[in-house]
Amino acid sequence: MPHTLAEKILLSHCDADDVAPGDLVMVRCDVVLTNDISGPMAFRAMKKMGVEKVFDPAKVVVVPDHFIPAKDARSAELQKLLAEWAAAQGVAYYGQGRGGIEHTVLVEEGWVVPGSVIAGGDSHTCTYGALGAFGTGLGSTDIAACLATGEFWQAVPGTIQVDFSGEKRPFVTGKDLSLGVIAEIGVGGGTNMVLEFVGPGAEALTIDERLAVANMAVEAGSETGLFPADERVSEYLDGRTDRPWQAERSDPDAELAQRVSIDLDTLPPLVALPHSPGNIVPLDEARGLAIDQVYVGNCSNGTITDLRQTAEILRGRSVHPRCRMIVVPASQRVYRQALTEGLLDVFIEAGAMVSTPTCGACVGGGNGILAGGERAIATTNRNFRGRMGSPESEVCLANAWVAAAAAVAGEIVDPAELLEGVPA
Amino acid sequence: MKLEGRAVVIARDNVDTDVLYPGPYLNVTDVETMKRYLFEGLDPSLRDQLGGDTALVVGENFGPGSSREHVPQAMKAWGIQFLVGRSFARIFSRNCLNLGLPIVTCPEAVDAATPGSIIRFDLVEGRLEVDETVFEVPAFPPFMRELIAAGGLVESLRRRLDATTPVV
Repeated sequence: MPHTLAEKILLSHCDADDVAPGDLVMVRCDVVLTNDISGPMAFRAMKKMGVEKVFDPAKVVVVPDHFIPAKDARSAELQKLLAEWAAAQGVAYYGQGRGGIEHTVLVEEGWVVPGSVIAGGDSHTCTYGALGAFGTGLGSTDIAACLATGEFWQAVPGTIQVDFSGEKRPFVTGKDLSLGVIAEIGVGGGTNMVLEFVGPGAEALTIDERLAVANMAVEAGSETGLFPADERVSEYLDGRTDRPWQAERSDPDAELAQRVSIDLDTLPPLVALPHSPGNIVPLDEARGLAIDQVYVGNCSNGTITDLRQTAEILRGRSVHPRCRMIVVPASQRVYRQALTEGLLDVFIEAGAMVSTPTCGACVGGGNGILAGGERAIATTNRNFRGRMGSPESEVCLANAWVAAAAAVAGEIVDPAELLEGVPA
Repeated sequence: MKLEGRAVVIARDNVDTDVLYPGPYLNVTDVETMKRYLFEGLDPSLRDQLGGDTALVVGENFGPGSSREHVPQAMKAWGIQFLVGRSFARIFSRNCLNLGLPIVTCPEAVDAATPGSIIRFDLVEGRLEVDETVFEVPAFPPFMRELIAAGGLVESLRRRLDATTPVV
């Protein structure tokens, strides 16, 4: 019987003889991830389940990242608890100064390989689909069950296959591809589904770009967003991991729930206007919106690729006087790479602030909270009302080129025109 | 299992986790404190309508976004008995069921409900009543039934693990 990639991964991680969409199965985890938000509640629930030790310490990773560095005493207590718990359980722990944003860290450190199942106590665990892994976000009680037994219950999802044809235009990035998918199917359109990204436009994407696309699968309601592993993934993993893996893809005759085609030859940079990642317009229609704060960072677009694009815009230019800018490398590795390449110097010279890796203001946790009446443009993945601060503030989502150009102009502009108009 | 509640209605679609329970309060782990921030970004006055007998009636794609379990934890602590919606976001649904808080998808029932409606839900029979109108819904499958009957995944798993632990 033909299967989709998602079905193949789940079939190899459960006891069923076969799987079809809607079947309820117990899925075995290769990695269980938790952080300073989901962790403490999960640890408490695991204890109430009557379980003292995790199912397999070698498969558990703990990364405090949401309120890092601690924003207040209560957050500090949670991080202290996390460190103590990880030490007592003998599991991997990437503490302050040793990691960064969990999803970037797990990919960089080789925890994620194609065909694996990763249960994470964070909705953006779907990011691992970039490497062909079934990464999926779960709440604390689910994570407690995963820590205790190594398994979670799951209804086998259907598959929406997204075919990216053509070639990306200048100043279009993974962010625009993900917004393009959400514009097509809506913020609830992927519920009980996985997205699968195929076609020449998908194959041409770098790992950083794939991370950005997979990351926002949950913004369409999906369980995960898979890129079938290829040579590029193999190169990326070379020397990064010794976990065994093999490349799988959907059978050509596998049953799909839906097919979506997006032509990259005509896809412009996109902007999600307040207050939903589904409120998407072409960049042209967002031009002229005044911007108070620019935020480049987070688990979708805080990669070295994003920082390079940001620096290309800012080099020899300044952040507009009525605007402020925060650049947040997604991990210590990205931070150091940006330092080595001289990017941090470009940001500081331009008048931007460079922060330590953290989820920070993306989740309203600190490090760049907005006042009432203020508008930000951010490379993050959510612009819900009040997400980055006051309920009266606004967040627009866009790629790093567009965000950086807005910092220079003090309003949303086309980065192409900025680069043409003002010589660096 | 028969449940009954008085309707509190949130007549909007795509009500996200961040307005249901804003990010700055995610470092709260105590359920009583969580209750104070439920609906904080949406309409804090909604909290005044909640009681030990509430059936929460919601729109389409309720609860998209974050995996934060604070939302259903606080709902349960406020005494919400079950949720009736046009549709639910995936992680939010899981979190509710894992805490033993039933959710049921039935757009027609949502249309029929007004604030204060008496809603009865029989999840074994697959029967939903809004005031006197009856709607048929899919019955909960055995796994979900057991989850709800146990009061959530913690207790259901504890029982299962107890049963499989050899007595020394």
